[in-house]
Amino acid sequence: MHVFSDPANRAVYLSSFLLILKLTGAAGVIALVFGVVLAAMRVSPVPVLRGFGTAWVNVFRNTPLTLIIFFCYFGLFVNLGVTYSDDDIDLNNFWLGVTGLAAYTAAFVCETVRSGINTVPAGQADAARALGMTFGQTLRLVVLPQATRSVVAPFGSILIALAKNATIVGTIGVLESASVMRQLINDNGDAVIPIFLVFAGTFVALLVPTGYLFGWLAKRLAVRR
Amino acid sequence: MTAQSGEPLIVLDGVDKWFGSLHVLRDVHLTVDRGEVVVVIGPSGSGKSTLCRVINRLEPIDSGTIRFDGRTLPAEGRPLARLRSEVGMVFQSFNLFAHKTVLQNVTLGPVKVRRERSAAARERALALLDRVGIADQADKYPAQLSGGQQQRAAIARALAMRPKAMLFDEPTSALDPEMVGEVLDVMTGLARDGMTMVVVTHEMGFARHAANRVIFMADGQLVEQAEPAQFFANPRSERARDFLSKVLTH
Repeated sequence: MHVFSDPANRAVYLSSFLLILKLTGAAGVIALVFGVVLAAMRVSPVPVLRGFGTAWVNVFRNTPLTLIIFFCYFGLFVNLGVTYSDDDIDLNNFWLGVTGLAAYTAAFVCETVRSGINTVPAGQADAARALGMTFGQTLRLVVLPQATRSVVAPFGSILIALAKNATIVGTIGVLESASVMRQLINDNGDAVIPIFLVFAGTFVALLVPTGYLFGWLAKRLAVRR
Repeated sequence: MTAQSGEPLIVLDGVDKWFGSLHVLRDVHLTVDRGEVVVVIGPSGSGKSTLCRVINRLEPIDSGTIRFDGRTLPAEGRPLARLRSEVGMVFQSFNLFAHKTVLQNVTLGPVKVRRERSAAARERALALLDRVGIADQADKYPAQLSGGQQQRAAIARALAMRPKAMLFDEPTSALDPEMVGEVLDVMTGLARDGMTMVVVTHEMGFARHAANRVIFMADGQLVEQAEPAQFFANPRSERARDFLSKVLTH
């Protein structure tokens, strides 16, 4: 393991996974919030909102993530001038990556929440409406809290997929784990297998507990009927 | 037994309702006076539940008008929500909010819909839970309660909005027999206190002793209306006689 005994290599290895965590965290939070909003749009009585939600899901769920990330860089940034940081190109590319990841993942969050809404008995919404709640209150106070709690386990799968998808942001110059791994393999042709195993093993070590955590949360948060 | 005041609170005028090709309410005319207790009975599929649900527009109607407290029911949005907050509703399957405690179920409406202070709402909720006999269950979740307790909590939740009228959609049909009485006791108390009530039920005993008027429905029509003593002793229509002979012989 001479590759990882070099302090410089250890540093890029660690910072590459730190970037994965940051990309996943930032995109995950944005995708969760926006995905729930999209789901609310898709079940709302307003046709324009429903149409927007449906269009978003159909476009982003069915487009390869690599294309979306490329678009964020070449389309949003290079062509349309969307810039997150003028003086720090790394920070700029990081947030362009987060934009693409969040836009893509929100489509999956939306559909998951929507299937969660189907698990809430219609009587719950009837009771809320009968109390005089508006559509928004019914959704916010009664339906969505129960819907999201019924889809905690699938949220875990989405988060795990998001962490692995974050490696695609390497294609626009963010030094995350996959690009660092390629770099190290290029520099150390004699240690391809060990390098690969370390990077793959790190993903597994991070994500297996994530899966169990969400399984545990799902049980804890389940709504008893 | 007559209504305390003749002032109409709920007025349905020529109401028709279709589910696809099924004509579930046919030209329904019904007036419920303030303080009156109306019990709706009839065979299943006769439109009783639908009648109950159109009064606060949980089901939209296809033609006719419904007025509540002198105002025509708004079709959509906040005005309709505001009107619904004045009409309490109790469902066959309780429909307590499964993710909230019993106390939170009762305070949610007053706090979020009426913008009441939560301390005041809590105090009144506890008083109402005490009134329906489940104050000691306040911090439990609905799934931890028996059916009878859940239904009483649902009645407390509706009463917390200080409704002008209460709608009961088969409130005891999902209950084990030994729990029917505790719910009917609460409803009888409400009726005695002068609450305007529309009750869809199969409980003929409740209809006999608590109702001012019994309405018999069949095939989406109000076939017959009468005071309970008269209705049960001398039903005028053939359908009602047939129905009563089936439910009262056991």
